[in-house]
Amino acid sequence: MTDGLLPLLVAVPVLAAVAPPLLCLRTTGTGWYVAAVACAVEAALAALVVRSVFLGGAVRHVVGGYERPYGIELVVDGLSAPVVALVAVVSLGVLAFAYTAGPRRNSFYSAYLLLVGGLMGVSVTGDLFNMFVFLEITGLATYALVAADRSGRSAVAALKYLILGTTGASLFLIGVGYAFVETGTLNMVDLSERLAGSYGDRAVLASFGFILVGLGLKTAVFPLHTWQPDAYSYAPDTVTTFISALVSTVAAYAVGRIVLTVFTPAFFEAVPAARAAVLAFAAVSILAGSALAAVQTEIKRMLTYSSVSQFGLVIAGFALVTSDAVLGAVVHLVGHGLMKGGLFAAAGVMAARHGARTVGDYARLGYRSPVVAGAVGIFGVALVGIPPSVGFLGKWYIAVGAVRAGAWPIAVVVFLSTLLTLSYVARLLERLYFAEPTEPTDPAVGAGTDADAGAGTGADADSEVGARDPDPVADGGARADSRAPAAVSTGMVAAIVAAAVVVVALGFATAPFEAFLERFLGGVFP
Amino acid sequence: MIDLLASRWAYVAFVVLMIVGLYMMIASPNLVKKIIGLNVFQSAVFLFFVAAAYVAGGAPAIVPPDGGGGPYVSPLPHVIVLTAIVVGVSLTAVALALVVRIHEEYGTVDEAVLEEVADD
Repeated sequence: MTDGLLPLLVAVPVLAAVAPPLLCLRTTGTGWYVAAVACAVEAALAALVVRSVFLGGAVRHVVGGYERPYGIELVVDGLSAPVVALVAVVSLGVLAFAYTAGPRRNSFYSAYLLLVGGLMGVSVTGDLFNMFVFLEITGLATYALVAADRSGRSAVAALKYLILGTTGASLFLIGVGYAFVETGTLNMVDLSERLAGSYGDRAVLASFGFILVGLGLKTAVFPLHTWQPDAYSYAPDTVTTFISALVSTVAAYAVGRIVLTVFTPAFFEAVPAARAAVLAFAAVSILAGSALAAVQTEIKRMLTYSSVSQFGLVIAGFALVTSDAVLGAVVHLVGHGLMKGGLFAAAGVMAARHGARTVGDYARLGYRSPVVAGAVGIFGVALVGIPPSVGFLGKWYIAVGAVRAGAWPIAVVVFLSTLLTLSYVARLLERLYFAEPTEPTDPAVGAGTDADAGAGTGADADSEVGARDPDPVADGGARADSRAPAAVSTGMVAAIVAAAVVVVALGFATAPFEAFLERFLGGVFP
Repeated sequence: MIDLLASRWAYVAFVVLMIVGLYMMIASPNLVKKIIGLNVFQSAVFLFFVAAAYVAGGAPAIVPPDGGGGPYVSPLPHVIVLTAIVVGVSLTAVALALVVRIHEEYGTVDEAVLEEVADD
């Protein structure tokens, strides 16, 4: 029964994306409400689908009644259900954040809904070419969103992202082409059956290579990550929150889908070099990403490089192809989305309240914005992987999977990356709470601090949520930071706190993840 | 080698176009030329699909009711190329819109100049 909902998961946001530009004919302020209704419907649909997967296993829908291998199949199974849930929840959460944080133009919400539709499409499709199309829809909407504040720098960052992202998608398409020429089908399940037995073929190996490199570019795995720092740091904070939580996540999910469903663990058994190559790729990404994050001073850049490292971890989990490691990869995929989204949202609030953009600017903000700083602390500690949190769960299962698979180097790399993550998170927390209350040297920060000392530090401390700083950016005269949220509301802080609570609560939730994956993995690892 | 060029020239053209496109994206400092490079790169992919789908003497896959009449050309790769062209055109449109924005802001489409200007 619920299989009829799968096309709606994609169609609702894409159709709703048409409404905001049309409404522009009469009014320009209604885009948010359209997006809110569409995302709420989307969340309800996702909840029904996920529930049905939880109770009865994979849900399939054959579009237009054309059975495989001719038609396109939409599938939600144990691997995609958590991603579908994540997309639905985060798009609602970020929308709540955007109510006050802006941008409030209609065109922004059109791109926003297109992005939700594209992400859902990648998550639910069972057809390789269809996946390419949805990856490109996701890409198009993301490029538009990155440049949403209409500044020059964000346009340059978006163009760089566009060129690299499109190259990645084209490489993916070449890989799909090789697989298609080899087998004559595009359906994932059908492909996996027809590929069996010809794993050693050069065309199949080339197909795997092209697809992995293409998706690696989209996921931003080192050294294919170069678009990400600029795109994340110059995009408006609302946009960074959204895309950091979902876009790379869905691309990494696509890697898992390709490795597990299309090429299957049997491919890795037949061609151990392919597995070793992906694992090496992932390990380098984990270490290089963490190391680069540790030397950054700007908060958004630091968080971006941290993403590079975390996605290396996820891909390592998928490439280990043991049931523990895959469970870890899925948990970390969802967990990272929530943690990184929360951190970027908190960074946006800090920028709007205190004009803080670098680690140095965060000095003693733990006492001026205790709630948001506390949430930053929780996200940071979860990112390091300290229990109880979803970050710990993911890393733990990936490490256990690596040990059980005998891939000791990966276990060592996971441990090292934890240490490096600790080094940059600890630096941030040290600034937040234990920085010496010295005389500010930076004039911009000084102006903010003086204004607050006058405006009442006491008010900030106890009713931080209600008392809004009297627009610290305005101290400098013009609005210097076009990326930061326009204002900070209680709802925005509440959204961040809610994400932090979920991150901790999911730390206790292995059982549902296992229940989801069990049915899916039963088919992959007999 | 000669044999390869004679029988598989379309695939050789695919590889050459792909490399030319990649090289343009990397080497040209001009943002518009980078986008042209991207288009060349995408065209290479289209050529690959079209070449792979070619059947000597193949007919469009419109099968008469009583069957027979082959060989037919698989319509699927052509549909893929059509879709990919649409995707490529929309990407080019977004890319050019961004270039227009960059030109309005900085007055240049040269990457090297842009880096100098953006550093201020």
